Amino acid sequence: MCLGIPGQIVEMHPTFEHLAKVDVSGVGRMINIGLLEDERLEPGDWVLIHVGFAMSKIDEHEAELALASLQMMGEMFTEEVNALMTSPSTTTAPRA
Amino acid sequence: MRYVDEYRDPVAARRLVTRITELAGVDHFKFMEVCGGHTHTIYRHGIEHVLPEQVELVHGPGCPVCVIPMGRVDDAISIAETPNVIFTSFGDMMRVPGSNGNLLGAKARGADVRFVYSPLDALQIATENPGRNVVFFAVGFETTAPSTAVTLLQARQMNVTNFHVFSNHVTIVPPIKAILESPDLRLDGFLGPGHVSTVVGNRPYRFVPEKYGKPLVTAGFEPLDILQAIVMLLMQIREGRCEVENQYSRVVRDEGNPRALEILAEVFELRPHFEWRGLGFISQSALRLRPEFAQWDAELKYAVPGVRVADPKACQCGEVLKGVIKPWECKVFGTACTPETPIGTCMVSSEGACAAYYNFGRLHREAAVTLGRSRMV
Repeated sequence: MCLGIPGQIVEMHPTFEHLAKVDVSGVGRMINIGLLEDERLEPGDWVLIHVGFAMSKIDEHEAELALASLQMMGEMFTEEVNALMTSPSTTTAPRA
Repeated sequence: MRYVDEYRDPVAARRLVTRITELAGVDHFKFMEVCGGHTHTIYRHGIEHVLPEQVELVHGPGCPVCVIPMGRVDDAISIAETPNVIFTSFGDMMRVPGSNGNLLGAKARGADVRFVYSPLDALQIATENPGRNVVFFAVGFETTAPSTAVTLLQARQMNVTNFHVFSNHVTIVPPIKAILESPDLRLDGFLGPGHVSTVVGNRPYRFVPEKYGKPLVTAGFEPLDILQAIVMLLMQIREGRCEVENQYSRVVRDEGNPRALEILAEVFELRPHFEWRGLGFISQSALRLRPEFAQWDAELKYAVPGVRVADPKACQCGEVLKGVIKPWECKVFGTACTPETPIGTCMVSSEGACAAYYNFGRLHREAAVTLGRSRMV
């Protein structure tokens, strides 16, 4: 439930300042970065993603650890990543 | 995977275990890990078996699914079965038993219950189904609550009127306090939660050393993080210190995430009291929508039964959540209660102590007995 999935910011959304495209295990998803607006995130930064939101800024080191921990969880990890990958709100930006 | 190797290094682990053994000496210590994620790591890596017998870990209430009482699940089902409702929930909550079945059962009976990954998915379903009422079953500690808050702000901004939130968000500090006040448990310190502390920071835990004289160390989720945090707790005790320390400083800051806390305060307010499974009613321990968000509040829109339902007699989740008994000491553990047919919440969520122990811990335990407690990290 409190799992955080590491993702790397690819680009900021051109219109919605609270959205960013992230790379999660090679797949691009759109997430909400509004909770980290004080962090001034940039492409290349790593974040932990929880229920479609960037929860904390992390470094590459921590991202690797988080991913390895998740992979050890096996089924739980697959379920969480599948849930993120199929989540409609992370597929496209909301309509203006 | 060089970083991972560093955090799973068996030599480093052995060194920490030796240090723990030295620091503990002949005294017995009981530390509670508050967070379900830590419970999972501890069982997944067999940490309890590499620790010396003098150091015991007990599992706390930090599993958001585990602490939802049966009455609230009944309320959720009642909303889900209201005509024209699309009821959305995180997957973990689907199998949590109420007094008359779970949400999957309601779905099988014809209710439109849908699994979502994010509250934003629920909001999107609402915008795509303007003729239906979409309810989001919000659960979780301060880790998850800001996401619900942002979603509500978005609903207000987009003027979405067919979206409602059934808030069951809970806060982390009151249950820690309730446990410290509990007469049946003697603890020597706490492993503070990881992810929730990225939001609340370390300051809210200061009352633990200041008022109750127990040390607290916020810890990360790697096996070495847990061992390191135990060393830090023991060092505080041996050096006569008692404070809040941060082992997980690579992610958690003392001040937490001020922006997330601000958004939480804008959307939510504390309930006077809320029932926790196994812990009973705890005052100011849960969040409800502020009056400004009344039009999105499912509890105001739907007449939920709101009946308090006692836990099944055979289930001892309450004692497990308070760390009074270990999962395997429960009478129904692994027999009547399994992850496939859970009686209690601790067996439902993969972060629940019973499910974590069922899936991993018992194997380590059996192996440890066979190997005569040889080092297993």
